[in-house]
Amino acid sequence: MANTQMSQTTTGKSAGGFTEAEAERRRVRVNWLLSLPALVWLAFAASGPLLIMVVYSFLTPGDYVGVVWDFSTDAWFQVLFTRDIFDETIVTMADAHLSIFWRSISLSLMTTATTLVFGFPTAYFIATRSPRSRPMWLFLVTIPFWTNLLIRTFAIMELIRNEGLINTVLLKAGLIDTPIQMLFTDGATLVGMTYVYLPLMVLPLYASMERLDFRLVEAGYDLYASRLQVLRRVILPLVKPGVIAGSILVFIPSLGAYVTPRLLGGGRNMMMGNFIEMQFGAGRNWPLGAALSITLLFIVMIALIFYVRNVGKEGSGHG
Amino acid sequence: MADTLSDDVLRRAAERAQSKRFDVRTMPGFTTIAVICFIALYAPLFPMAFYSFNAGDSIAVWQGFSWRWYVSAWSNDLVKDVTVRSLIVAACASGIATVLAVLAALGTTRTQPFRGQTLIYVLINQPLMVPEIVTGVALLVFFAMIKVATGYTGLIYLIAAHAAFCIPFAYLPIRARLEGMDKTLEAAASDLYATPIQAFRRITLPLMTPGIVAGAMLAFVISLDDVVITELVKAAGQDTLPTYMLGQLRRAITPEINAISTALLAITVVLLTTIFFLTSKKE
Amino acid sequence: MDVKRIGGIAVAAMVASAGPAFAEGSLNIYNWGNYTNPDLIEKFSKEYGVEVTVTDYDSNTTALTKIEAGGHGFDIVVPSASYIQIYVGKGLLMEARPDQMENFKYMDPKWVDVEFDPGRHYTVPWQWGTTGVAVNTSVYSGDPNTADIFLNPPEELVGKVNVVPEMNDVMTMAELYVGAEQCTTDKEKLKEVRDILMAAKPKWIAMDYGTTEKLSKGDLMASVNWNGSTFRARLNNPDVVYGYPVTGYPVWMDNVAILADAQNVENAKLFMNYIMAPENAALISAFARYSNGIMGSDEFMPEDMKTAPEIVVPAEFAGKGVFTKECPPESQKFRTAIWTELTK
Repeated sequence: MANTQMSQTTTGKSAGGFTEAEAERRRVRVNWLLSLPALVWLAFAASGPLLIMVVYSFLTPGDYVGVVWDFSTDAWFQVLFTRDIFDETIVTMADAHLSIFWRSISLSLMTTATTLVFGFPTAYFIATRSPRSRPMWLFLVTIPFWTNLLIRTFAIMELIRNEGLINTVLLKAGLIDTPIQMLFTDGATLVGMTYVYLPLMVLPLYASMERLDFRLVEAGYDLYASRLQVLRRVILPLVKPGVIAGSILVFIPSLGAYVTPRLLGGGRNMMMGNFIEMQFGAGRNWPLGAALSITLLFIVMIALIFYVRNVGKEGSGHG
Repeated sequence: MADTLSDDVLRRAAERAQSKRFDVRTMPGFTTIAVICFIALYAPLFPMAFYSFNAGDSIAVWQGFSWRWYVSAWSNDLVKDVTVRSLIVAACASGIATVLAVLAALGTTRTQPFRGQTLIYVLINQPLMVPEIVTGVALLVFFAMIKVATGYTGLIYLIAAHAAFCIPFAYLPIRARLEGMDKTLEAAASDLYATPIQAFRRITLPLMTPGIVAGAMLAFVISLDDVVITELVKAAGQDTLPTYMLGQLRRAITPEINAISTALLAITVVLLTTIFFLTSKKE
Repeated sequence: MDVKRIGGIAVAAMVASAGPAFAEGSLNIYNWGNYTNPDLIEKFSKEYGVEVTVTDYDSNTTALTKIEAGGHGFDIVVPSASYIQIYVGKGLLMEARPDQMENFKYMDPKWVDVEFDPGRHYTVPWQWGTTGVAVNTSVYSGDPNTADIFLNPPEELVGKVNVVPEMNDVMTMAELYVGAEQCTTDKEKLKEVRDILMAAKPKWIAMDYGTTEKLSKGDLMASVNWNGSTFRARLNNPDVVYGYPVTGYPVWMDNVAILADAQNVENAKLFMNYIMAPENAALISAFARYSNGIMGSDEFMPEDMKTAPEIVVPAEFAGKGVFTKECPPESQKFRTAIWTELTK
């Protein structure tokens, strides 16, 4: 497996009698071979079976569950257009899908931003501890997540409800007269989401910060940079791979989140996750659920390629 | 204050030179935010632990102290079963995912761009992009075909599914670590006639370790918390802790779950502290 | 990470789970989560020397999807009444003839000739309950027995009402409220349903589960809720009362059935017969806090359940209950569309 490194470092020297072109081909082959086990595994237990969903999206919903094998493009039509409930001849754009989609995206964006604001200093703090205690700090970040999501969410409720800990303390201290309504607000949703997704930001950030060369930081100060300038011009570019990895790990999975928004935010409006789930449950429209999720998959894929190509490459002078 | 620029610069440089307290590593406010984060991460665990000692059967209304739910969890074989199964699945799945992710990360970073590189990247991250219910239903249908054909219904399906969706969670931190990692050390090693294997074991692997640790930890907690895919893939007698809990949401959640979670948490903390102190004393 | 060690665990786990778990003397039950009294299972296991495995599901659709896909290994499933005919129609259930079993004599006659299984050729009741409304009387002192609580909330409950995100229960109550049959396809009535729901929604604070805790703690002053959950909430907070909407409320019943491809048929039949015995049926109810359909089980029930108005339906409302059913596709289409518009 170390062949990659070797072949890379020896390419320039044309070592071992390889021509440049041969070495290049060999290098690409090794890279593919290294990635292959993961790809095969995914093809077996994730992406491959999803092809079933592509087929389903062109079938007709079963009467109570599943699909019947009659070809239909109706699901794809429904992704974009809605027939009026009471008069099927009136067809409009599927604004329900747009509003649900937008709600999920904006929540994901906000969650990514807040986890970055809180996760960056936390990862930095861990990365600047003594090398021996770093794994312990890292564990401290993940240990709360050994506890099930539902239980943690119920515990957050215990803190923020009207009779909860925070309001009780504030009331006793005489700082407020009536409890602050925190449960069932958008703020509660964001706090909960930040809580749930924080480690997904902190761990990749830590992974890239841990190797931060503080001689570079010192050099920055020697050149009379302020702290902010050092942070922006020296540290951020160096840990950019971590920021990218963290944002992907927070943004994409939170698109499908709905348990936290429902329990803490009240859930009066659906998120992408439960809307698609509904099609596989009480909505009994598997083809639509399949078509919607394939649409989502493609949008996210294109966004990811765009993000990695543009944000990932610019200015990273190493690697 | 109307310091000239040069005065200001000189003063600051002098200050830094003299003050032993100036540490290039500290960033103002960062420690405060980090401390707030750690407090916030652990704050909800206190109510959780508190209600695990509730004498009543609610997780929100206190009715006096009792060990009742610990006794009930301990004497409930199903609860012990699902807890152990969760840990086994999470350990296996995160282990497999981490190995696969390390290989893939080695193949896709620190290399001249090659054809299909972006494709590999997108494919590896694919499990993140589809709501779990969709992957779950697809796996249910696909695995059911295999189960019917082979008659084998073991835990392997669950581990395979978990390992698959854990791959991106392990891959991204490892990749972030590898990106921008210096290649000169490995070049030096090979110049000193180290075999590729030696160079990997002595140089690359140790340098990657923090990324691997971060990736494996993420994969572990992601697997440990999974409900939807597990619910659809599991066969008879393969409940995990989260699926055991799921049904309770629509009925009533009892403090039994709090008791299990608290016990699990306490065991983890004790174990880790012991390991930490043992290893730090040895060196 | 010690890769070798993890590999070892993986191998051990696979070996441990590889053997067919369906040897003689075992029984695989597929039931709703947190619904099966472990004491009942232990008692049954001891008496008959059968090793019982209970596996949970979270919804009727999950259970049906999984059983239809095959390769599941279950012997017994506990679907809701509304799903029994779907199972039967797909040929997934065995005609186990519980009506010819020894303990069938304890069956409450009113649950024998039910629409979803006339004469009980396939199923025996596990538990049944109702979906109604829960109200906190410290805020609202009016009559709780009305769907107005959530469809036209009185002044004092505005912004304090929760509606559980169970499309079918909520739609059934709303359809009954406007005087239609459940699963109606009458467009005029459905328009009325939609308009009422759309007008009521701004007065709700949430559409969420977890009602037991939130009602107990006063986060919610009213909610569409299940009777068992309201019963638990009242034990925590005496101000909570359960209302049976006079316009009609959904009644549900979960039923034990044996799967057509069950591998432990004899044990499954033993279990079916076993849970019809009053003392065993009482164990089921004592755990999940809902009624069963067995006569004489009352005397084995916990004291607080015998008189609970949430569990024992008061005579004046007994006739207002409607067995929920899964709507045929042509009316489900309306429900989904209205629900989507409501929550988009």
